[in-house]
Amino acid sequence: MIEVSDVYFTYPNGVEALKGVSLTIRDGEFIAVMGQNGAGKTTLVKHFNGLLKPTRGKVLIDGVDTQNVSVATLARKVGFVFQNPDNQLFCETVEDEVSYALKNFGFNEETIKERVDWALNLLDMVEYRRVSPFMLSGGERKRVALASILAWDPNIVILDEPTIGQDYQQKERLRQFILQLNNQGKTVIMVTHDVEFVTDCKPHIVLMAQGRIIAEGEANKVLTDPEVVSQASLILPEVTQIFLGLRELDLPQDVIDVYEASRILLTKLGES
Amino acid sequence: MSMFDGFRFRGTSSPIHQLDPRVKFIYACIMFVIAILFSQFIPLLVLFFVQIPLVWTARIMKEWMRSMRASAMFAVIIFATNMLSYYFYGGYPSLSWLFERAAAMTLRFIVLIESFSLFFLTTSPDHLGLALEQSGVPYDICFAFTTAVRFVPVLAEEAQTILDAQKSRGLELEKGNFVKRIKNYIPVLIPLIVSAIRRSLELAEAMESRAWGAVEKRTNLYVLTMKKDDYLLILASVLMLGISVYVWLFIPVPSFTQLLSISA
Repeated sequence: MIEVSDVYFTYPNGVEALKGVSLTIRDGEFIAVMGQNGAGKTTLVKHFNGLLKPTRGKVLIDGVDTQNVSVATLARKVGFVFQNPDNQLFCETVEDEVSYALKNFGFNEETIKERVDWALNLLDMVEYRRVSPFMLSGGERKRVALASILAWDPNIVILDEPTIGQDYQQKERLRQFILQLNNQGKTVIMVTHDVEFVTDCKPHIVLMAQGRIIAEGEANKVLTDPEVVSQASLILPEVTQIFLGLRELDLPQDVIDVYEASRILLTKLGES
Repeated sequence: MSMFDGFRFRGTSSPIHQLDPRVKFIYACIMFVIAILFSQFIPLLVLFFVQIPLVWTARIMKEWMRSMRASAMFAVIIFATNMLSYYFYGGYPSLSWLFERAAAMTLRFIVLIESFSLFFLTTSPDHLGLALEQSGVPYDICFAFTTAVRFVPVLAEEAQTILDAQKSRGLELEKGNFVKRIKNYIPVLIPLIVSAIRRSLELAEAMESRAWGAVEKRTNLYVLTMKKDDYLLILASVLMLGISVYVWLFIPVPSFTQLLSISA
């Protein structure tokens, strides 16, 4: 469980990135933190594994104040997948890359081997285990980075902009994968401004603008509210836009799902 | 990355910022030469204090203090190495001489940081490139130089992100003995170098596609001209160099302890 209470954060250069954020994330929740560039999304999630410590206010991870513990300790519980895999890949083989964190956390030899096998299998990277991560394509590198985090099986997984630079099929696979993680009981938090990806996943939404949370709730409620959506510099999901355009048909305004939309439309057509 | 911060240009304006970059560079070089000239404590102390009014005029006191603080650790190392090496290997006349010598070497380092920090904090990379170009340096070299300067903050930021990413994977920089601590930096350095190389290749391609080097003779929108203040600074610098050389050649510089005993 993550409890954020009235957190303010100011960067050393004087930029105040968070201005009084309060948020509770229960175990097993699936959250998407959304908002424009510079809204404070990444700053907020960097508080969850102690990379940043609040200037004012408190962040508790399972009751532990992040102020008092190191990133390495928190990381055991909170896995953070960075936006750019090139920021972390440095080993000679994919296998080494995935086992790096496990060695840091002091797992024994046997467990490391087991966990690496498991993680590579999970992300369908077994055939690349002896390949240099630098030889892989962008999408594959992203998967190696993901595997290297999931290998130690953290309870909370944070994904910073997971969809950037991925083609549609990769996104679809990623979506399945994230949902699967969440179904296994993991808390999944993703930072993104990919509205369509979010409408496919239907997580709980935390909408941010200028260092504050401006809306929070279910995807079909938050993302269909034109006012908060434009405040966060996002656009309405395409389905919602279509329904808005077909206002004369008296359609519900909180639909974000393509299948649900087609069902409603077909019923309407059947009536007339 | 606070060490880099002390060398990063700030977009403020002051009489020092307005000076011709060539003049400022000559000034920094002259300070360098003078600092190397003397290995006694007193002249270096004078050199240190002489520059402070300039830092004050440039209104960069805060950033400058930061670079001073960042170099404090190196200063301590330099002091300790000098003390130890003289103590164990060099014959030294007295303990006070030993202290003064080590302090002088440390101060020499600080003076170098001081003058170059002043130069970089008040000179925009564009100005720097312009200065090089109009001093007759081939444009390729100028460009390579300005690009390098331009990318220092970018790399610093990237290094921070990489550090964060590796910390999230359980990297603890301050863990282990001396050798282990150095090894701890490998996971940060490799991604940093790889991305720097990638970035430079991309930059080269982008430039090539924008017709880099199509025209042999380049012209500039801004042409540097020397003003009154520029001549003033260059005069002052040359004067200082002259005095320093004179003192160095003809006047025996007293040590700090000698000075104290005279006044006492």
